[in-house]
Amino acid sequence: MSTVLLLAITGLGLGALYFLVASGLSLIYGLMGVLNFAHGAFLMFGGYAGYEVSRLIGATTWPGFAVGALAGVLTGAAIAALTELLLVRRLYERHIEQVLVTVGLALALGALASGVWGTDAIIITGPDWMSEVTVILGARVPNNRFLAIIAAVAVLAGIVLFLKFTRYGLIIRAGVENRSMVTALGIDVRKSFTLVFAVGGAAAGLGGVLASQYYTIVSPHLGPSLLIFAFIVTVIGGLGSLTGAAIASVLVAMLQQFVNYYVFGLGEFAVVLALALVLLIRPRGLMGRVAA
Amino acid sequence: MNRASVLRVGIGILGVILLAALPLLNLRIPGVLPGATYEPGTLQLLALCLLIAGLALSYHVLFGLAGLLSFGHALYFAAGLYGLAIALRHWQMSLVSAALLVFVGATLLALIVGAVSLRVSGISFAMVTLAFAQAGSVLVARNPGGLTGGEEGLGLDITNIPESFVGVVNTRNLYWISLAIAIAVFALVTWFERSRAGHVAAATRENELRVRVIGMQPYLVRLLAFVTAGSLAGIVGMAYLLVQNGAQARATSADFTLTLLVMVVLGGVGSRWGAVIGGVVYTLLDQRLTALAGGEFIQSLPAILRVPLSQPLFLLGTLFILVVLFLPGGITGTVARLRSGGSVARARATLEQAGGAESDGMEVEAR
Repeated sequence: MSTVLLLAITGLGLGALYFLVASGLSLIYGLMGVLNFAHGAFLMFGGYAGYEVSRLIGATTWPGFAVGALAGVLTGAAIAALTELLLVRRLYERHIEQVLVTVGLALALGALASGVWGTDAIIITGPDWMSEVTVILGARVPNNRFLAIIAAVAVLAGIVLFLKFTRYGLIIRAGVENRSMVTALGIDVRKSFTLVFAVGGAAAGLGGVLASQYYTIVSPHLGPSLLIFAFIVTVIGGLGSLTGAAIASVLVAMLQQFVNYYVFGLGEFAVVLALALVLLIRPRGLMGRVAA
Repeated sequence: MNRASVLRVGIGILGVILLAALPLLNLRIPGVLPGATYEPGTLQLLALCLLIAGLALSYHVLFGLAGLLSFGHALYFAAGLYGLAIALRHWQMSLVSAALLVFVGATLLALIVGAVSLRVSGISFAMVTLAFAQAGSVLVARNPGGLTGGEEGLGLDITNIPESFVGVVNTRNLYWISLAIAIAVFALVTWFERSRAGHVAAATRENELRVRVIGMQPYLVRLLAFVTAGSLAGIVGMAYLLVQNGAQARATSADFTLTLLVMVVLGGVGSRWGAVIGGVVYTLLDQRLTALAGGEFIQSLPAILRVPLSQPLFLLGTLFILVVLFLPGGITGTVARLRSGGSVARARATLEQAGGAESDGMEVEAR
């Protein structure tokens, strides 16, 4: 029982990380039709920024961690906004080239990070509470899992509230629904493109800080490996659907954790198999609106 | 045959003869090649260029011809590479029977993965192929039963390899094999492009709906292109094992597939020569930039310049972004444009065509 509970909570924590990456991917794709390959790089730089800043203030103190997390969020948002302004915007409406540009950016930023911080993983220390465990019904759960879950729920709630109750959120939702109509009404949708990129980048940056706590390392491989699972999550959840991404994150992470524990570490294959099954049975994903 | 095509065939034959004679010549191209063309080091680099060009050609069948943006093409290359290495080392098969088995295996793998992932198109297809390739990458890294050697990679077992393919002395034989494979892949791709299936594949890329309306099955043609590209990549992977003397885990990584995409776009989407040139230029740049990064000039620079300049992938990624932004049509597209005095817009249109049905749908939606 305690094993099942431990696996479930760890799975939720991993799902939270997936969601932090997938939410941005899904929003960006939903509004602009851009598959953002550089999203993993936003995450990675967020993780590195968090590491550098909290090291300055004191990595084992709470203020150090909090400021580090903030730095990660801001770094992710800044890189993402710059990407949109400098690269993606120039290729407006040319979707394949937009993907190509983000691919180039992902390669270049990944190499840059290896150049600056080295290709080896750097071990991260956080506040002592992070590495301690909480005993719930006999399951010894590492505390950083809870932090990841809380952060993901907060991000989900924040994005949903932002989309539902603010004017920009309204424009974004309308843009996802029918972009040409919004433009025809005299609203400059492009401003919301930058905004969506920044929001997605901020979530990815936070994901980077939390992922480095989760794995207790930060490395250039952090971005790409999480990005691929986030892709799987967005396809299973349905491209462009935030709710779909949230549900699929939890499902995928749970499946991965449980299969990894009970079937000789075959979790990654189970996830790919699940993806294949979803495509065969329901190609548009769980919550996708139109056939992809 | 008219005069132009006779001329073209003549130039092609001359080029092949020149390439085949390189190991016997003493040519030096400073800055591009590390030494004279008869030296084993140079020959190995050239063999690598030819094989990567072949691989880029196989990717051209997917992306340039059928308009399928796949992010998992390295999987079939890795299947050939690791398949042959495993068959030779662990199963002690003879080279010919191992190669046949691996070829069938890689083709079946492409058939199964293609059949599943072609159920979606456009961006979803890209992500799904990426996921399958990642599963392959994880499998290799996990090292099940000590088969793949994990991160270490798997060395070539030379017990069952003919002696004339082993050792530095015989690098020229490996070079000739690579040349033969590159030419064979080029011929096969040309043949496929000009066949009925190739025309339908190109038509599917241009307008899927019309192909459906005339009563043809885009799915089957796409699957054929996918399997063709996959089996060709498998063949190139097997030759790569012989030339590189082993299989490295890097060949399975997502980065490697992305570099294939970079090559094809760098050379020019939609053209066979573009893929070949892209593959050769990329491989040369990658090798030379790596050599340059360790050189005194770069090491003496201040850190802010040294760190980015010593990362070949950073320079190549940046170059790629610049090409996409400013040189649509890549190298071949730019050369053709300079010759005909055409416009940037036309070259962009060529690249957009490769986007296929997905971007068509987007344009319709935008209107």
